[in-house]
Amino acid sequence: MNGPTLFGLCAAALVGFGLYGLIVNPQPLRKIIGFNIIGSGVFLLFGAIARRGAAVGMGGDPVPQALLITGIVVAFSATALAVALLLRLFDEGGLVTLASEAPPTKTTADPPDA
Amino acid sequence: MSPSLSAQNLTTLGGLLLVLAILVPFAGMLIGFVFGGGNAQRVALATLAAGLAIAIAIANALAQSGKAVVYILGGWMPPLGVALRADGLSVVMLLTVAVVICGIGVYARADFGTPSGVKEARAPLIFWLLLLAVWGSLNLVFVSGDLFTLYVALELLTFAAVPLVSLDGRTETVRSALRYLLYALLGSVLYLLGAVLLYGAYGTLDIPLLAARVRPEPAAWAALALMIAGLLAKTALFPLHLWLPPAHAGAPAAASAVLSGLVIKGSWFLAMRLWFDVFADVVTLPAAQTLAALGAAAILVGNVVALRQTRLKLLIAYSTVAQIGYLFLMFPLATGLATAGLDSAMAVNGGMLQAISHATAKAAMFMAAGLVYTTLGHDRVADLRGVASALPMTVLAFALAGASLIGLPPSGGFLAKWLLISVAITTAQWWWALVMLVGGLLTSVYVFIVVVRTLAPAHVGWNPKTTVPRYQQAAVLALALCSFLLGAAVLCPVDVTQIGRTVSRNTVLP
Repeated sequence: MNGPTLFGLCAAALVGFGLYGLIVNPQPLRKIIGFNIIGSGVFLLFGAIARRGAAVGMGGDPVPQALLITGIVVAFSATALAVALLLRLFDEGGLVTLASEAPPTKTTADPPDA
Repeated sequence: MSPSLSAQNLTTLGGLLLVLAILVPFAGMLIGFVFGGGNAQRVALATLAAGLAIAIAIANALAQSGKAVVYILGGWMPPLGVALRADGLSVVMLLTVAVVICGIGVYARADFGTPSGVKEARAPLIFWLLLLAVWGSLNLVFVSGDLFTLYVALELLTFAAVPLVSLDGRTETVRSALRYLLYALLGSVLYLLGAVLLYGAYGTLDIPLLAARVRPEPAAWAALALMIAGLLAKTALFPLHLWLPPAHAGAPAAASAVLSGLVIKGSWFLAMRLWFDVFADVVTLPAAQTLAALGAAAILVGNVVALRQTRLKLLIAYSTVAQIGYLFLMFPLATGLATAGLDSAMAVNGGMLQAISHATAKAAMFMAAGLVYTTLGHDRVADLRGVASALPMTVLAFALAGASLIGLPPSGGFLAKWLLISVAITTAQWWWALVMLVGGLLTSVYVFIVVVRTLAPAHVGWNPKTTVPRYQQAAVLALALCSFLLGAAVLCPVDVTQIGRTVSRNTVLP
């Protein structure tokens, strides 16, 4: 098994773990971490693709590397925004959960003037 | 490189306008941020006027040349460089968004205005900046010619839209914003994974180059499935719609109008772009039928749940869930036409008209609900007496927008459903026509319930809590009229949406 294939398989495993965590965990912070794990998997895959597509005498295809940096910056900002919202939610209610008092499909518990 | 491909890689006359369409809203946002306070509103309104003029100029350039408007950034050709392209579909969406954003801007002057002498508040400043940010990101989604630029544009759109949800800072809205953000992040990371797989398989992310290289094989199927699934989460198609109603109903009226009318169209447009322009040779009829089945479920579930809502804004939000369903019915219809060797333009036009009429109608409806809330101090559907006498123009606007959602002639919704139903009959997919008719019937029930209740006379001695400025009512009515009169698009001599699209069809390599 050569390097890029090994890294590709690792990337697939990371995406799988992250996706599982994002869907199964009810806590928002764990969901954010799950998103980051999927992100790491995607970036690792992109790195492996850059390595595989290397021209003769080059370490890697430079285009994926450039895109990869942008992707990391975007994922970082997304995480920062999510954590900021999470902290705000904690400050407001002292409780961090995504389950609202009134599930979206039922309106009976909605305060009339909210 | 074939001659038709290289012709797409030259900056055309008016190409610079595409750069301006993206740059002007973001520049306006930064200038507004620097000057702050009441100045942000003035900067935003000036930017709105400039942006509308740019959108019209791009439409003019497209109509004059009859070809897609192209700009090559820095003179670097794809696949190494990045191109901006505006074909008929992009230009129609650019114009729609410009018109709707301008309507919302006029409306929001009353809610988010900072008169001179009043201390500046945070919510108005953020609203104006984010309004411009949403606009710039949407324009980038419409004109990007590269799947990675589209990923960045989608993320910008999410980052601009999420804070709009929690503008008033209540715990409930912060929670909806976080839920929305998590759905959107899952969607964008799946989209990025699909884009990475495509780069690994075909070595380019430029749309025309990719369309020429992509073949029906496992890598393309996996990439298509991942990207479409991600975009569905962002568009809130059933069953990934759970984040939408609380997020859209909890935001201030002007922000709800932006989110429900425009933001979801960004990811839908991208799904359509991928389906028809990138993966035209990969998609199959069963895959398209699956998408439309989800759309049909969205229409039925969204409408039925909307009927059960007790609050007007939640009712309108669930109606959005249903209307998103219509946007996905066009996929099997267009694919069915293409499989039969016919031109799929009719189905695509039906879908585009549905998107445009929903953008205008839903923005008008949310803003009308905002005015009802200001007048009554609540938005309980059961207790809307007296609204029609206090806000006659608003109720008329709500009824006209509702007529467009139902699909009554001569509205845009009517023309859209007419086109889609005729294609459904032509391609022997009558079940989609049935879903559309049932959906229209359910929509008419809740629109009529709301309108009839507002027409009831007020209690004796009842007075509106606040008087609504006339221009706000006029802005709502103007958007509703846009949607209601959109059916006149049938008189348009040229098939505007198809300009510049045929080129990519002819470039498929043997």
